[in-house]
Amino acid sequence: MNIEWPVLSVLIWLPIAGGVAVLLVGERRAELARWVGLAAALATFLASLPLFGAFDRGTAEMQFQELAPWIPTFDLNYHLGVDGLSLPLILLTTFISVLVIMGAWGAIQQRVAQYLAAFLILEGLMVGVFCALDAFLFYVFFEAMLIPMFLIIGVWGGPNRVYATIKFFLYTFLGSVFMLVALIYLYLKADSAAILDLHALPLSLTEQIWIFVAFLLAFAVKIPMFPVHTWLPDAHVEAPTGGSVVLAAIMLKIGGYGFVRFSLPITPDASLSLDWLLITLSLIAVVYVGLVALVQQDMKKLIAYSSISHMGFVTLGIFIAFAILARGEGTSGAVLGVEGAMVQMLSHGFVSAALFFCVGVMYDRIHSREIADYGGVVNTMPWFATFMVLFAMANCGLPGTSGFVGEFMVILASFQANFWYAVLAALTLILGAAYSLWLVKRVIFGEIGNKKVERLEDLNFREGVTLGALAVAVLGFGIWPEPLVELMHVSVDNLLSHVAQSKIQVQL
Amino acid sequence: MQNQYLAIALAPLFGAIVAGLFGRQIGRAGAHWLTIAAVTVSTVLSLDVMRRFLFEGLEVHNETVYTWLISGGVRFEVGFLVDKLTALMMCVVTFVSLMVHIYTIGYMKDDPGYQRFFAYISLFTFAMLMLVMANNFMQLFFGWEAVGVVSYLLIGFWYKKPTAIFANMKAFLVNRVGDFGFLLGIAAVLMTFNSLDYAEVFAAAPALSGETIELIDGKPWNLMTVTCILLFIGAMGKSAQAPLHVWLPDSMEGPTPISALIHAATMVTAGIFMVARMSPLFELTETALSVVLVIGALTAFFMGLIGLVQNDIKRVVAYSTLSQLGYMTAALGASAYSAAVFHLMTHAFFKALLFLGAGSVIIALHHKQDMQEMGGLRKYMPITYITGVVGTLALIGFPGFSGFYSKDAIISAVGHIDRAGTGLAEVLLIAGVFVTALYSFRLLYLTFHGTPRMDEETRSHVHESPWVVTLPLVLLAIPSIGIAWFTTEPLLFGDFWGDAIYVAPGNDPLSHLREIWHGPAAFALHGFVTLPVWLALGGTALATYVYLFNPALAATASKALAPLRVVLEKKYGFDELYQFLFAGGSRGMGKLFWRGGDQTVIDGLLVNGSARTVGWLSGIVRKIQTGRLYGYAFAMIIGLIGLLGLMVYRGQA
Repeated sequence: MNIEWPVLSVLIWLPIAGGVAVLLVGERRAELARWVGLAAALATFLASLPLFGAFDRGTAEMQFQELAPWIPTFDLNYHLGVDGLSLPLILLTTFISVLVIMGAWGAIQQRVAQYLAAFLILEGLMVGVFCALDAFLFYVFFEAMLIPMFLIIGVWGGPNRVYATIKFFLYTFLGSVFMLVALIYLYLKADSAAILDLHALPLSLTEQIWIFVAFLLAFAVKIPMFPVHTWLPDAHVEAPTGGSVVLAAIMLKIGGYGFVRFSLPITPDASLSLDWLLITLSLIAVVYVGLVALVQQDMKKLIAYSSISHMGFVTLGIFIAFAILARGEGTSGAVLGVEGAMVQMLSHGFVSAALFFCVGVMYDRIHSREIADYGGVVNTMPWFATFMVLFAMANCGLPGTSGFVGEFMVILASFQANFWYAVLAALTLILGAAYSLWLVKRVIFGEIGNKKVERLEDLNFREGVTLGALAVAVLGFGIWPEPLVELMHVSVDNLLSHVAQSKIQVQL
Repeated sequence: MQNQYLAIALAPLFGAIVAGLFGRQIGRAGAHWLTIAAVTVSTVLSLDVMRRFLFEGLEVHNETVYTWLISGGVRFEVGFLVDKLTALMMCVVTFVSLMVHIYTIGYMKDDPGYQRFFAYISLFTFAMLMLVMANNFMQLFFGWEAVGVVSYLLIGFWYKKPTAIFANMKAFLVNRVGDFGFLLGIAAVLMTFNSLDYAEVFAAAPALSGETIELIDGKPWNLMTVTCILLFIGAMGKSAQAPLHVWLPDSMEGPTPISALIHAATMVTAGIFMVARMSPLFELTETALSVVLVIGALTAFFMGLIGLVQNDIKRVVAYSTLSQLGYMTAALGASAYSAAVFHLMTHAFFKALLFLGAGSVIIALHHKQDMQEMGGLRKYMPITYITGVVGTLALIGFPGFSGFYSKDAIISAVGHIDRAGTGLAEVLLIAGVFVTALYSFRLLYLTFHGTPRMDEETRSHVHESPWVVTLPLVLLAIPSIGIAWFTTEPLLFGDFWGDAIYVAPGNDPLSHLREIWHGPAAFALHGFVTLPVWLALGGTALATYVYLFNPALAATASKALAPLRVVLEKKYGFDELYQFLFAGGSRGMGKLFWRGGDQTVIDGLLVNGSARTVGWLSGIVRKIQTGRLYGYAFAMIIGLIGLLGLMVYRGQA
């Protein structure tokens, strides 16, 4: 099946055009700007849905491709396409963006049009990252994406936003500079910027290791991995609710996507020889960061650290694949690991978005993120409390919620790599429950904590719709994950059979 | 049959969803009628399944409902395996659940969370049914965690009570420690068999019994032993076996109906059920079975002892539950799976009865639970008293009552199996019988006999509970007396189980009992020449003397045995130890990693270089800051274009 119109371009440029339109509507007509913004986000989401139906699950080829010359002198092309690795992430992006635009309704009163425009443009750029099949097109989207996020935190952020923005900027920019160097090297060597050509490019182990490390710096910061994770809690704390949601739900996934799109297929031998490093860092993320999350006093910091810990499962799932392949007992466990990593990304997209929205709901009312300022919220906000408990349970991987699926798959797979990997990874069952439920106990349960909590009003319609939509996603994906996972099967199989072949031998 | 099974499982889910989401619309009566109707449907259909098994030769049902996930060539499915083991569990679960639903009408009468409570207990029933009806490990884990989360919600049902919301978090976390082992066990199963389907795994198990795994390089372990011990850690969490028992007594903070349903009759027996279900795996490893046996016996004896010093009526019953779960676990460890499940069933009835009886007393006294302020209630609450006596006799294993048959089978089985740890286990289990009788009659006497010790105001209002409370008591008392009369023979000695339970040849610990079985009456008479029954009678006699005739002696003995009493009152110090070691330890490590690792080393040294660098940076920032951040963004775009330009330039060169 195919779609007659250039669907991927529409998904990139429609929200960007919507963003420009919102700016043209201007700050004076904030209400109209909101409706225009929502219309653009909704239209983009609706436009993304045909992808799910039309996507051919039987092939690993890139689909819905678009190819146009971009800088012909250097053979750089505006080349778009999706496979099973990128499609689910695109759907996640368009879905979350609608909720973020809705979420701005009450929370943002200053510079509304600019705020909405920043998010819409950001949405288009993020979709671009997932669609780009030209390495430099990818790079442009990858970098350009930082700009609206930078503004979102810097303009609408909290009191310490300047420090957070600079930290965010330095980390991500330094990381991506190395990636640029690696891409230029690959471009010159392959005489092509097409990502698929780079996949086929033979490279010596030394070359691969250098390139792998360069990519690692970019993606490890983004996802983020220990020890380059400390920008994330600061960025989250200062970011407005919508910024946190997009950051956690989508932007972090670009790091994971980078690993499966670039690092693994371009440098498979380096990935194999350095898998121990990535596995170690991932397990540290799960355990160390899980413990750090436990002692946070600020709700957003807690969720931020919890995000890092959950992202540890993404990198763990991806790189244990190599440890399993190295045992030479088939690819079954490796597939489980990589698909588990992908599933974990999607699930975390829903769950972290939901938790940040929950914090936003409380912050809008009391203007505090401190756990100590709450207590007994269930007494005044029973519906909100129901959602919060559900999402906290999803965050600790309760079966029946999306949070379970990815962790389950990665833990099962890591047992096949090494017993002790699985033991450390499975500690998340205890740690995740500890920090999630302790948060719930202190914020939601108990007697009414103070006067402010006493005056809280339960969810309004808009908030109810936002959290309700996420609850449906979290439960639906947890009860029946196959329809979404089905999209990835062939692409993951293809990826693993590709990485199982050494590129060094090809060269000989 | 698939539709019938689906109806059994989904009816309570439907009731839970409607009562939970639309509780306000359907009202209190609507909520209880709807959920009771739904659970009645499940109960009747479950009993019908059992009837068909017994009288119509129903085939074992093993079918997929839907494919949850396919990954790496493994199909993760949701499906039902219904054999007689499952059917028995379904009957127990739905029947006790129905009783508890009815009872709740009376117990929660004045509670503002009435509809929510019915929604939760119906949801629990659904989750428990999914657990026992699973045909694969994944769904088992689903049900396993789902009952855990409903238990969490119900222990914390009165969410304003600080002790309740501490207890529910503790329960969930301790269970998670068990689940940690359980999930690793499942991972081991998947690695070994490349499938999580019961039938496939059990069929392939014997051929793989010799496989080994190196947990530490160069030290091979038997893979099946490792797998079974990991799975059993899960059972230890859910079935509250020492040292993961600490959550169960605290779970009594929840309303009494759920103590009966979840924390006595059904959920806590999930671990027992699971090991029985996994008998084809456990039978392959003597080592794991010895571990199970010893853990069970230790729990049975030492947790019973704590029951002697508790004054909260529910906590006495809770420690009794721990102890009885220990008996069941010990039976599993002695390869007497059928005896374990048999005791699970009889215990479900008499322990639910005892809990609901305790609840009846608690409502009569306006939610007072301290036995020091009870006494003499028998003349005010005759039905509660008589059913309480029945439950007590069943619990101590008085010959003729259902508990006697199941407990006797367990003790006899442990005495007739040759396995590491049996000697110790047998002594602990037999001594436990004495302890059981002692604390059981202590409870009975302190509550119902002697002079009333409550204040005059309360005493003048004490009366028997309404029929919605006493009816379940009576309906539970009947099987507590007689269910064993006609089930002992098929369950323990007949071929009731078919292939549901596997016992390796040469491992049949019940064969000895089969030889002396000549019907229930003869067996009860024979009981009077065995040591356990005399120990039970001894315990009863001692309790009667101390608490009925010579109360002063209780005080004297308590003084004389002060060190022992303190140890028991401290519950051997597990709580303090865990609080210090795990709760304190993990918080301490978290603080250390955060302040030391993240803030000092990573941010302080590596990122910021030093505090001065930050100052220097923000100095620059301040200079170039033009009030808005657009300047920055612009600079970034310039930078980006510059980099692209450089790239283009280099590409040319």
